[in-house]
Amino acid sequence: MKRLSCILLSLLCLQAHAHTLTVGKGQPFATIRNAIAAAKPGDTVLVKKGTYYVNNILVTKPITLLGENMPLLHGADKYEIFTVSGNRITIKGFQLTNSGYSAMNDYAAIKVVDATNVVIEGNKIYRAYFGIHMANASNCTIRNNYLFGLTKTEQTTGNGIHLWKCNNMLVEKNEVHAHRDGIYFEFVTHSLVRNNYSEGNIRYGLHFMFSNDDQYFGNTFINNGAGVAVMYSKKVMMHRNRFLNNWGPAAYGLLLKEISDSKIEGNRFYKNTVGIQMESTSRIAASNNRFEENGWAAKVAASSMDNSFTNNNFQGNTFDIGTNGSVVLNTFNNNYWDKYEGYDRNKDGRGDVPYHPVSMYSTIIESNPNTLMLLRSFMVALLDKAEKALPSLTPENLKDDQPLLKALKL
Amino acid sequence: MLKLSRYVLHDIVRSKVILAYTLFLLTISVTLFQMEDNPSKALMSLLNIVLIVVPLVSMVFATIHYYNSYEFIELMLSQPVSRTRILMSEYLGTAASLSASFLVGVGVPVLLFNLDEVGLALITTGTALTFIFTSLAFYASVLARDKARGIGVALMLWFYFALIYDGLVLTILFAFSDYPLEQLTLALSSLNPVDLGRIFLMLKMDVSALMGYTGATYKDFFGSSFGALYSLGILLLWATIPLWLAVRSFNKKDL
Repeated sequence: MKRLSCILLSLLCLQAHAHTLTVGKGQPFATIRNAIAAAKPGDTVLVKKGTYYVNNILVTKPITLLGENMPLLHGADKYEIFTVSGNRITIKGFQLTNSGYSAMNDYAAIKVVDATNVVIEGNKIYRAYFGIHMANASNCTIRNNYLFGLTKTEQTTGNGIHLWKCNNMLVEKNEVHAHRDGIYFEFVTHSLVRNNYSEGNIRYGLHFMFSNDDQYFGNTFINNGAGVAVMYSKKVMMHRNRFLNNWGPAAYGLLLKEISDSKIEGNRFYKNTVGIQMESTSRIAASNNRFEENGWAAKVAASSMDNSFTNNNFQGNTFDIGTNGSVVLNTFNNNYWDKYEGYDRNKDGRGDVPYHPVSMYSTIIESNPNTLMLLRSFMVALLDKAEKALPSLTPENLKDDQPLLKALKL
Repeated sequence: MLKLSRYVLHDIVRSKVILAYTLFLLTISVTLFQMEDNPSKALMSLLNIVLIVVPLVSMVFATIHYYNSYEFIELMLSQPVSRTRILMSEYLGTAASLSASFLVGVGVPVLLFNLDEVGLALITTGTALTFIFTSLAFYASVLARDKARGIGVALMLWFYFALIYDGLVLTILFAFSDYPLEQLTLALSSLNPVDLGRIFLMLKMDVSALMGYTGATYKDFFGSSFGALYSLGILLLWATIPLWLAVRSFNKKDL
């Protein structure tokens, strides 16, 4: 008790010593740079409404930078706006625009290097090469930011929120548009991405590379080159996300490549060319997901093993499952398939004959993509029917032994 | 010629078959549009009907009509009217009545429920297919002397275009799968009006994204204004060439 009150007292002391330095026209400080130079650890730099032309503001002290009524910081298309390094730094309530572009450096509107406990909150970032770029950071929070990129090509646009070699990060409630990758994780561990909204990015809505033990849930990915790509990672939990309208010749809802021990639960895949694409994945459990009106609900490459699909709804997809070989090391159980034509004599809600989710035509396409010119022809419909009655070419073991007769309420 | 065509048209409309065909198409279209809450999906189902039913009905109906009006043709031949003129009037009368019932049966519901580029393309393709298969039927009937053989040939032709051709394409694509086939598939699709119509329509719908790399080649080609003109031109050729052959052999024929 004594110790606690002691701590409280010292905190109060700190509070008492913290000053607010105001920046703006007719205020004690004319420039943000001067205010930061004068600030002591724990101080707040309050920036009044207005437009400031700034470059390379270096923040290394544990201070809070606060924008009042969203002041606009204009980077004049050169360098970075904020470069942050250190501990306990907060940047909140700014509009940042026109930071620089360089083919050599990853310029960002806000760049955070070698830092801990940094909070980037409630900012609006426009026309930045990289939006928020963090490298070698831990325990940071990126919250409620709005980013709108340069809408250029894949090479000349950077990522919205870019995290490299970080741990214990929280990325939540951000909205990213028109960047290369909406949110990018590389070597990021034990982090959480939730309730973000990523729309119209050139490559991926969310991109994981070599990032283990992460979770993302409640995010929405609309109309990106591909919704989410998770590559070379382990133990990534994906819950209650929405993958919508990722539609195009090379688009996916969720692309999984060489990932293992992960869970995909309660997500919705709607109108993607391919709902989930799995390549060389293992031990992934997909359950309680909704796959609706996709081209392929899932493409599971034969190089994937020990993955399971249970209790999912498959409705209105052109093809339910696609695969590229006859080896099947994955299981499909207790799913609802709207194309199932079997019966249920003992009325236990599960069909008595197995459902084969790979159609003849999808096998044909996989081995010879040119045959797509026959898509929706009469001939293909006949072939599919014939194969349904007597499976010979489609992988015989890829089946759901207990398909549900009624869609699950998800 | 127009006068003759009008007689033919009058004759066909009186026969009630065309009325049944119209009602059939109308029922299917309206039902599809009301069943599906998404009109573009209904259009997708309608596409299958158009690609299978329209050629079949056009072929069978035109063949039967040709043989049934054989006596009328013979009567006309005794008049001072050229053979080309007689056959052309028969053709125009038949094709016009069939496409009229297509336009009422499918065109009107499409215009009401889903008037956009895809809908218009569907109507165009359906009408073109009607003209094409009527002209193929005329050629088959001019060549075959008796009715049974004529209908047999017509059915075989339909079977070929609707099904066998696609089977052949599949075989070819697998036999030469080691070679780049994008250009070849383009050429192959032009050799069958049903396929050409299907691809032309599908590229206007959003399923085209499923077609991946092949689809991209198609889209580059058919998506351009040159591609649209090209496919319409090919469809036109498919209508005129069999008709021209039919007229030629009708002119030489010993009736």
